[in-house]
Amino acid sequence: MGDHVTISVNGRPLTVPAGALLSVVLAQAGITRFRRSVHGEARGPLCGMGVCFECRVCVNGQPHCRSCLTLCEPGMEVCTDD
Amino acid sequence: MTESGNNAAAPDVSAPPAVPETRRMDCDVLVVGAGPAGLAAACAAAESGARVVVLDQSPWAGGQIWRGEESAPGGSQQRAWRRRFRESGARLCLRTTALAAPRRNVLLAEAPDGPLEIDWRSLVLATGARELFLPFPGWTLPGVLGPGGLHAMARSGWPVAGRKVVVAGSGPLLLAAAHGLKAHGARIRLIAEQAPWRRLLGFGASLGRHPGKLLQGLSLGSGLWGAPYRAGAWPVRAQGADRLESVTLTTGARSWTEPCDYLACAFHLEPNLELPLLLGCRVEEDRVRVDSFQETSVVGVFCAGEPTGIGGADCALAEGEIAGLAAAERRDQAKALFGRRAAWTRFRDSLRVAFALRPELRLITTPETIVCRCEDVTRRDMESQDHWRAAKLQARCGMGACQGRVCGAAARFLFGWEREGTRPPVFPASVGSLAGLPHTNPTVRPNPQGCP
Repeated sequence: MGDHVTISVNGRPLTVPAGALLSVVLAQAGITRFRRSVHGEARGPLCGMGVCFECRVCVNGQPHCRSCLTLCEPGMEVCTDD
Repeated sequence: MTESGNNAAAPDVSAPPAVPETRRMDCDVLVVGAGPAGLAAACAAAESGARVVVLDQSPWAGGQIWRGEESAPGGSQQRAWRRRFRESGARLCLRTTALAAPRRNVLLAEAPDGPLEIDWRSLVLATGARELFLPFPGWTLPGVLGPGGLHAMARSGWPVAGRKVVVAGSGPLLLAAAHGLKAHGARIRLIAEQAPWRRLLGFGASLGRHPGKLLQGLSLGSGLWGAPYRAGAWPVRAQGADRLESVTLTTGARSWTEPCDYLACAFHLEPNLELPLLLGCRVEEDRVRVDSFQETSVVGVFCAGEPTGIGGADCALAEGEIAGLAAAERRDQAKALFGRRAAWTRFRDSLRVAFALRPELRLITTPETIVCRCEDVTRRDMESQDHWRAAKLQARCGMGACQGRVCGAAARFLFGWEREGTRPPVFPASVGSLAGLPHTNPTVRPNPQGCP
């Protein structure tokens, strides 16, 4: 397990490959709603390359992090916008 | 009262946020963007003896096209460029986003450890392109992504194996993405290209000695791996409750619905012009105007790759090398590469004609369709306005996190609105990175040679 790290997603621990792309890890965990729009609609990644901000999640308390540009680090606390 | 009490939910608002110290760097040639154009520019400049710094906002070099080492397109070509780049001596700063130009010959960026100011003598803008998204009912559902974006994330492990995928929109990337997604186990149900066969044939013929080769690639190629390719077809509606379940497409004469897990849909590419505009570079017809050495209307600022016209990786490499040599004051050497670039700029011109968007696509955005996804602004909210700035002020479109990168391009297509200038920062940034940013743009010195 040397190449794996544990992060927390919405309070639940998740063991993932070190350096995995956060958006990918969330999708693999079955999450399709990364955030809610201002009118409450479910939204997920659109551009996959850091432009549209639809994949944004809260990382270690910092909101609006683009999960498609974020690599998983040990202990990272991630909240999708429920 | 400034000491923290028991009420942790009430932060002290009177104290300014901690401002991390701004790091400074200095170089001869600063390259923004580490895709093919940026890497080629950096190699050419560094091999000429210049001190080169390259910035990219991603955690990887190679841009979107060369993202994901093993499974990226152009495997041997990109590996050769990566090796050349490693040996060039250029310094690479990843996860570093260019934000603003606070003073002449200075760029402000946000790096993982805080703000970074870089002094440069020449600047090469290799900011690449993004996919052009056009709004239609249901395009905001999770499961609707750009073909390039889904392919890029599939290369990083996004789960597509066994999933039904419809690829739609326009441009050569549709086929490349479909092929790549198929290689990752996706079941490609359909590739729908909005351009009619007539124009695709013309594009094939324009490629030169092997007319029809592209056509072969499109029809036979996709047929061989079992995915039907339809020209003259486009999506009009996506359906699903909390995520995508099906997409309805049309040829104009006939409409039908395809069940799918993913709709990979974009209408070719849109150059990233925010930084060139911020620096005062002249932009005409959605391209940064450059002279034969790739120098923009601003002295010392060069531009290469997609922002000068969507032309693909080979065009970007040729332009990048020329820009890098010119930026390092090796113009004689740069001239030797003009011939190679000319072949690819002809290809670029034929791309523009072949994949021009049909006017019917303006009708897929219904009045109720959300155009600005950040602020949930509908077409109806926007179309009563006369221009982009009015729409921003009245309807709040383009005021969210993406700063109009998605809806601004859509609005230009839907309403024919003009592109407007950019204000710093060109990406959302932390307060610390913006401390000390002047309120006005620095003055720029026009290029006396002018631009073609």
